[in-house]
Amino acid sequence: MKKKAFIIVALFLVVGGCSSPPGTWGWYVIDPSTQNGWNNIRFLLSGFSATIKLSVLAALLSILIGLVVALPGMSLSRWVRLPSRIYVEFIRAIPLLPMLFWVFYGLPVILKSLGLNIPIDPFWGAAITLAISDSAFTAEIYRGGIQSIEKGQTEAARTVGLNYLQTMLYVILPQALRRILPPLANQFIYIVKMSAFASVIGMQELTRRANEVVVSEYRPLEVYSLLILEYLVLVLIISSGVRWLERKMGSDQRR
Amino acid sequence: MANANLAVEFKKVNKWFDDFHVLKDIDLKISTGEKIVICGPSGSGKSTLVRCVNNLERHNSGTIVVHGKEVNNKLSRVSEISSEVGMVFQQFNLFPHLTVKENLILGPMKARGLSKKEAEERAMKLLERVKIPEQVNKYPHQLSGGQQQRVAIARSLCMEPKIMLFDEPTSALDPEMIAEVLDVIIDLAQEGITMIVVTHEMGFAKKAADRMIFMDEGRIVETGTPDNFFNNPETERCKLFLEQILQH
Repeated sequence: MKKKAFIIVALFLVVGGCSSPPGTWGWYVIDPSTQNGWNNIRFLLSGFSATIKLSVLAALLSILIGLVVALPGMSLSRWVRLPSRIYVEFIRAIPLLPMLFWVFYGLPVILKSLGLNIPIDPFWGAAITLAISDSAFTAEIYRGGIQSIEKGQTEAARTVGLNYLQTMLYVILPQALRRILPPLANQFIYIVKMSAFASVIGMQELTRRANEVVVSEYRPLEVYSLLILEYLVLVLIISSGVRWLERKMGSDQRR
Repeated sequence: MANANLAVEFKKVNKWFDDFHVLKDIDLKISTGEKIVICGPSGSGKSTLVRCVNNLERHNSGTIVVHGKEVNNKLSRVSEISSEVGMVFQQFNLFPHLTVKENLILGPMKARGLSKKEAEERAMKLLERVKIPEQVNKYPHQLSGGQQQRVAIARSLCMEPKIMLFDEPTSALDPEMIAEVLDVIIDLAQEGITMIVVTHEMGFAKKAADRMIFMDEGRIVETGTPDNFFNNPETERCKLFLEQILQH
């Protein structure tokens, strides 16, 4: 699968590069044998660390927020369930980019009016937005995973005296985790891709750096081709990790 | 309260599942140490009745008192009641991600605050009593159905309950495993513990029950000693039921 994808992309670039009229491609812009090309490449690749940091932080936050949203969402009481349902429906309906603008440009205004002088830098603005936006989906993943555990497990836990929290912690979550982890890991891929939006509020990640090189070199085709390749590599690494995880969880399957 | 000898008391208990009236004006007194066997056609409300005792189902009206404590619809009561009442399910409901030992010690450690050593000692004693001490480190899926159910019995006994509820404990078992589970339950019945057993194993009922209860359509239709119940059933409904299940 992975190999195929690489071959297709490589073929596309090579064939495209050879068969187009002169001037279509100008690989010199990222030619590592020249000083300028090498500098450009280093500049572009150095965006990796910010993209990864941002994605990991957002994913961790999303996993936490998702759980906090999902648990009351499964209550027997309609009034406890309601806020969780509203959160999921509301957050899921907001496109990422408008939410990012709202958090980065709008939220500081509210904070200021409340007398709180908390600056929101691009990194935290993007991390919070990605986390909240994704948490609606993680919450649904938790709900699906937890509800797939038979009711008898909860009942048995109750009859040996466990309270709600203990039941979740020792009986339900350990079993649900096996079903939750693979889709949660998939969600991580989504976050990595969506982190590209952080470029529009000025965060120096992969996409932002590509934009900056394009602006100074006027070579969008080559730079954005490399950018796509960068995301492809990142996502393929993660997805092979997800496969590994699924295999491990599957082979660990009891009952 | 009124009677210290009373283990469970139902007073005018009603329960609905939406429009379906499952329990109709149930009045029932069970004394401490009594062994009750409940039988009746499916859908007659026998499982629901048993599940109301430890608040797994909530009744809609009337009162249920278990050893002086009223079972009411506040959630916090569930674990309070469950410390007195153990339950064995038709589907065993062992925790599949835990070993036999871990299944047994979880409740005593987390809900009772026993040390790991104390809980393990208690677990080993009970596993010997249900005759499977050698399975202690296995996972539930590595055991036969009969063994799993015996582990489930040991798990509830680990909480040292005063009352044991059995909800069709042998209905999910292969025929050759029913005896080993019933033996354990009969063995348990020799002791002072109060037992309420929903079952269609009439041989077991004759051996172990102090009192039979026959339910149909949400009511207690007939109750009596096993002797009277099997030989001179009073109601037509009960006669018919006994004929049907005893003819094989």
